[in-house]
Amino acid sequence: MTDTLLKDDKIFLAKRYSAERRFKFYGGAALAITTAFLLFLLLDICRKGIPAFIEHHVNLPVLIDSTKVDASDPASGDFEGIVKAALRAQFPDVTDRVEKKKLVGILSQSASSDLRRAVINNPKLIGQTITSSLLLSDNADLYLKGAEGDEKIASLDTLRSKNMIESRFAWRFFTNGDSREPEQAGILGALIGSLLTVAIALSLGLPLGVAAAVYLEQFARKNGWTDLIEVNINNLAAVPSIIFGLLGLAIFLNVFGLPRSAPLVGGLVLALLVLPTIIIAARAALRAVPPSIKEAALGVGASQQQAVLHHVLPLALPGILTGAILGLARAFGETAPLLMIGMVAFIADVPHGFTDAATVLPVQVFLWSDLPEIAFQSKTAAAIMVLIVVLFALNAIAIYLRRKFERRW
Amino acid sequence: MDQLSPQVAELPRIMSERTIRISAEDVNIYYGEKHAIKNLSVNIPDKAVSAFIGPSGCGKSTFLRAINRMNDTIPNCRLTGDVKLDGKSIYDKDVDVVQLRSHVGMVFQKPNPFPKSIFENVAYGPRIHGLTKNKTDLEGMVVASLKKAGLFEEVKDRLHQSGTGLSGGQQQRLCIARAIAVNPEVILMDEPCSALDPIATARIEELIDELRQNYCIIIVTHSMQQAARVSQLTAFFHLGILVETGDTDEMFTSPKDKRTQDYITGRFG
Repeated sequence: MTDTLLKDDKIFLAKRYSAERRFKFYGGAALAITTAFLLFLLLDICRKGIPAFIEHHVNLPVLIDSTKVDASDPASGDFEGIVKAALRAQFPDVTDRVEKKKLVGILSQSASSDLRRAVINNPKLIGQTITSSLLLSDNADLYLKGAEGDEKIASLDTLRSKNMIESRFAWRFFTNGDSREPEQAGILGALIGSLLTVAIALSLGLPLGVAAAVYLEQFARKNGWTDLIEVNINNLAAVPSIIFGLLGLAIFLNVFGLPRSAPLVGGLVLALLVLPTIIIAARAALRAVPPSIKEAALGVGASQQQAVLHHVLPLALPGILTGAILGLARAFGETAPLLMIGMVAFIADVPHGFTDAATVLPVQVFLWSDLPEIAFQSKTAAAIMVLIVVLFALNAIAIYLRRKFERRW
Repeated sequence: MDQLSPQVAELPRIMSERTIRISAEDVNIYYGEKHAIKNLSVNIPDKAVSAFIGPSGCGKSTFLRAINRMNDTIPNCRLTGDVKLDGKSIYDKDVDVVQLRSHVGMVFQKPNPFPKSIFENVAYGPRIHGLTKNKTDLEGMVVASLKKAGLFEEVKDRLHQSGTGLSGGQQQRLCIARAIAVNPEVILMDEPCSALDPIATARIEELIDELRQNYCIIIVTHSMQQAARVSQLTAFFHLGILVETGDTDEMFTSPKDKRTQDYITGRFG
């Protein structure tokens, strides 16, 4: 009798254990697949993006011809001619007009303007021959990075064999605004635009959201109206973001006549967008404070407001901050609503204020991904990398704040 | 009807020895549709401990919370009838609930010190009521309150450490000190020992016994032994009805009502 029982037990147990193993396996497999996707995405972006952080220069002896540059007005000098002459001097046997044009095509337009700046800063250079480092064009840059081109660029091979080509870290990518020329395009304008926009969004969204959450959670009477408001806030969090853009277009631009493409308007729209997120997070944080703390405060005769301001709100603050930073991260990555209010324009200047025309990082990614020049592909990936780094940093701050201020009881 | 609102034929002995501090007249309390307290009338003596006993859900905590209007914070909670403190109705329009609670302190079931320092815990009440003029005054008041709560000797070296780091019994005494610090006349205690071990419980009971010299104390408890040990007046609640009120010693030896007898002999509850 006992033997049969034991036998049954064993079969039953084995089944249970194998079910458990299967369950664990499913979980592990799901995790592995997700990780693989994520890794693939990140590696692909890095593979494409990292070349964009390198740029190539050619070091040439350049004669700053005093017939081409007037010492009294160096700014209006013919630096393009100077640079072209310096390059041609390296290839005296190229005489054909088409070949000549192709030859100077390896230089970026930026090469002459960089030289102009150097000479304006130091007019003594006029008349001298200096070794100048000239930026190469996007196609030359791609060729040197080993892109599969249709044709060989013989001049670059020659320069490389003479050791005149130098590759450098492309600081330009972080210090320039947008440009039509890939080798000159940078993300500074978009980054500043993003910061300005998000600053507006947060400085509006956070106080409004927290105040609304505190009122709803601690002061409002529970009745049909507050239920209605609650349902609508939750619905608002699920509204497609482009709708907020349309709202911004209709109200901020058309009714109030605020400037187009401005971080101010972008910030207002994003504030509306993150408000539901912040309210929901803040309410959850407020609700997580044990009611006994509030009762204790009320019990010694604190008013409702004192109980909330002295005890409940400080204890909910880490949770509120986490929610706010997650909302901020969402605002940072938002593209669609900003397209509606004109932040999608080509803007080469770095914005200096809240009403200057600007664009933001994700929109910059969107813009570059649309351009035909091959070099913009890696610029796009590089901009995505910067965006991801910023978002990771924001999330890291959120986690740090939560750990630091979290209170256990 | 007679059973629902018993007429107390003879007043409890304690009432003739003490003044009446709190009196409730025909109190009904509703949570939405639920009728939690039915036609309750009772007098609570000053400078004595009154115990509310009864099975879970009988309404004793609900009535306790009506005495300092903590029920105001619960939505849908409604009260009819009247509760008077020193003859003044506390539900009158001109009574400020914040001021009321500085006269009627409360100690809760679970020790709930603020997650701040011991000093800050006690100082909070006097500070928000503006009871002290300066820092020295406030420090004196904190020390005095901690002494009255029998906690000072244990914590005098760590007044500025967190109150949540204390043991359960110490936390509860800290909460009592916090309640005392605002100079209340009445202290309500809602099962103050239910989360504590027997030794900490004994310590709190001793404290309650000392405090009754100066305060009107009402304690809600599940433990009949505790009621018997600390109180002079006992009120037995059952299903929202105040069944019987009497001197504690008489109540536990010769209860008048059958339900009281069943409860204290352990037949239900």
